[in-house]
Amino acid sequence: MNLEILLLLMVLPPLAGAALNGILGRHFPQAAVSLIGCGAAGLSMVFALLSAWIYSTSPGQPGPFVHEYFTWIQAGELHADYALYYDRLTLIMTLTVTVVAFLIHLYSRGYMEHEGGYYRFFTYLNLFLFMMLTLVTASSYPLMFVGWEGVGLCSYLLIGFYFRKKSASDAGKKAFIVTRIGDAGFTVGVALLFWTFHALDFETVFQRVKELPPGQLEGILTAAGLLLFLGAAGKSAQLPLYVWLPDAMEGPTPVSALIHAATMVTAGVYLVARSSVIFAHAPMALEVVGIVGCFTAFFAGTIALTQNDLKRMLAYSTISQLGYMFLGCGVGVFAAGIFHLMTHAFFKSLLFLAAGSVMHAMSGELDMRKMGGLWRKLKTTHVTFLIATIAISGIPPLAGFFSKDEILAGAYEGPLGKPWLFWLGTLTAALTAFYMFRGLCMTFYGRSRVDPETAHHLHESGSKMTVPLMILAFFSVVAGWVSWPKAWNGSEAFDHYLDPVFAPATNFLRDASPEHVGGLGPGALMGFSILAAVIGIGVALWWYLKSTDIPDRLAEQWAGIYRLLTHKYYVDEFYDWLIVRPLGTVSEKFLWQVVDEGAIDNVMVNGAGEGTAWTGNLLRRIQSGNITSYAAWVLLGAVLWVFYILAAHG
Amino acid sequence: MAPLSHYLALSAILFVLGAAGFIVRRNIITVFMCIELMLNAVNVAFIAFARFNGNLDGQIFVFFVLVVAAAEAAVGLAIIIALHRNRESLNIEDVDSMKM
Repeated sequence: MNLEILLLLMVLPPLAGAALNGILGRHFPQAAVSLIGCGAAGLSMVFALLSAWIYSTSPGQPGPFVHEYFTWIQAGELHADYALYYDRLTLIMTLTVTVVAFLIHLYSRGYMEHEGGYYRFFTYLNLFLFMMLTLVTASSYPLMFVGWEGVGLCSYLLIGFYFRKKSASDAGKKAFIVTRIGDAGFTVGVALLFWTFHALDFETVFQRVKELPPGQLEGILTAAGLLLFLGAAGKSAQLPLYVWLPDAMEGPTPVSALIHAATMVTAGVYLVARSSVIFAHAPMALEVVGIVGCFTAFFAGTIALTQNDLKRMLAYSTISQLGYMFLGCGVGVFAAGIFHLMTHAFFKSLLFLAAGSVMHAMSGELDMRKMGGLWRKLKTTHVTFLIATIAISGIPPLAGFFSKDEILAGAYEGPLGKPWLFWLGTLTAALTAFYMFRGLCMTFYGRSRVDPETAHHLHESGSKMTVPLMILAFFSVVAGWVSWPKAWNGSEAFDHYLDPVFAPATNFLRDASPEHVGGLGPGALMGFSILAAVIGIGVALWWYLKSTDIPDRLAEQWAGIYRLLTHKYYVDEFYDWLIVRPLGTVSEKFLWQVVDEGAIDNVMVNGAGEGTAWTGNLLRRIQSGNITSYAAWVLLGAVLWVFYILAAHG
Repeated sequence: MAPLSHYLALSAILFVLGAAGFIVRRNIITVFMCIELMLNAVNVAFIAFARFNGNLDGQIFVFFVLVVAAAEAAVGLAIIIALHRNRESLNIEDVDSMKM
């Protein structure tokens, strides 16, 4: 079958599913709703696999396949089609997205069974999948922006899924508004590209950028790159716009897994990777990407150290891992960033789903201080959570190790790599291993701190939920093997697979940057990253299994730092003081009381009324009721009319 | 024969008399008669033009005016009678209820 039809068949089923469930789902039984929802996601996955296969065997490979379905916008120079773009990067993205999404759809059947709003949930989830696929298959920036905003909308709807809860609806609004700041950057960046290149589709823009000699238009491209990165930072929760993601955990757990861990939040990484050519010609912007990514990874990692809420800890860990992906892109090893995106999608969605399973068993409790010893009751959940934890900590041969190691190696020896990025990244790897094992120990091992009432109900989740966990656990183990490292006589097949996509950018960067001489070899770099993980795990096991009094003692000893970390560096409070509060004051004191009440209500609305009344008062004196005066007016009018005619024609 | 201007002058004098009476007088019947006077002033002008232009247009118009004036007189006098029954007065200043 033709690739262009397959691509449509991949993108459209979730939209159809969303429409069907959204319009009629209220009247369907749960079984029908989940059949439609999961069926649509399943179809998407099947067609994603088929398209991957057809593309890989097509003669045009490895170049991009672009098909224009219809003209979407045509206004002067501005031309945008509904056209889909398929290359190896799209292939990786669509497979990751559809596989994870399908598994999470399956899991949601069990998780959402007793939550209410069943059809609404599947409608949003399907709509999200459609938007995400639009985002990754779009062939131009405007179409990508449609998907970009669409996933943002679904994210808002799903965070506020329990809209009767004030904190949930507030969190939804926060996510929407904070990402809006980034979106503004995205749109301005795209406008800048259009202004410079008079085109918006990837093929033309990238071709024109590739033809530029080094250094030309660097200023404009740097500005465009930074603006695009602002959009990416909003969507992918990077400094300074990361604050919405931890609050987004108010949504149902499958949503946290799908949208706020595996797929939507990686859209920013995809944007940067897709625009790699632009960033390569603007090395300063790319350096900013790397540095912001590295700092975010470290910063969020330190916050995660002290979180006691299981999902919030995972949220900070997500921010931290997204930071790694940006670090990878930022030092010029885009393939490593995408590789980490893929492996992270598996193990992080697994972590969230397992956390959801724990939450399910614990009657909604998420505070790890009230858990402990759960491994006896939640066997499958425990094993899968353990696998994901080892994977994210970076222990070979699980998935997270390979991707993280590639990024760290790139941070040292990549085209824009710097030793300090490597060391900070490695330190973060140790932090990651520590807080993940801390969470694991507090949740599953040690003395049970579950209160008796909850302990009574403690049960493993049904197969609807555990089967997706097992499948994801399988991927969390093997997903990394596609890129066996060179240091171990591997071929780094994944990186080479993506070479056709990123080669123009990486070659350009390599030509521009000086050759790295000496320093640590790949084996040593790998050694350090494993060492960091082992130290992190060791310390976590020691503190939380053996000498459990150490953490409390340390917290007392370093009370200042501890308080800073538990309060998340007071960033929320700072933003509240810097932006939210002044905005509120200006809105109330000026916009409301002066502009709205004064100018609009008083001057314009009441003014219009009073003005009419005043004029009417004046004019009604003519209406005397006296026939004689009316006659006089008529006569006067007639006389004036006669004079006018005489003057005009006379 | 007297020139056209004489007829038009007569017509104008009659019209102005009618208009002035309409505005100045208070008795409704007088006012009504003033209206008739203005109509007939116009008729004079029409007849004069018809005579001097040598066609019948003006004369036909006068027929129409007479017919309308007759109809108007019938309706107008009926209104005046109804008004008199209602208000016991023929003073035009008593009929001013159509104001705010």
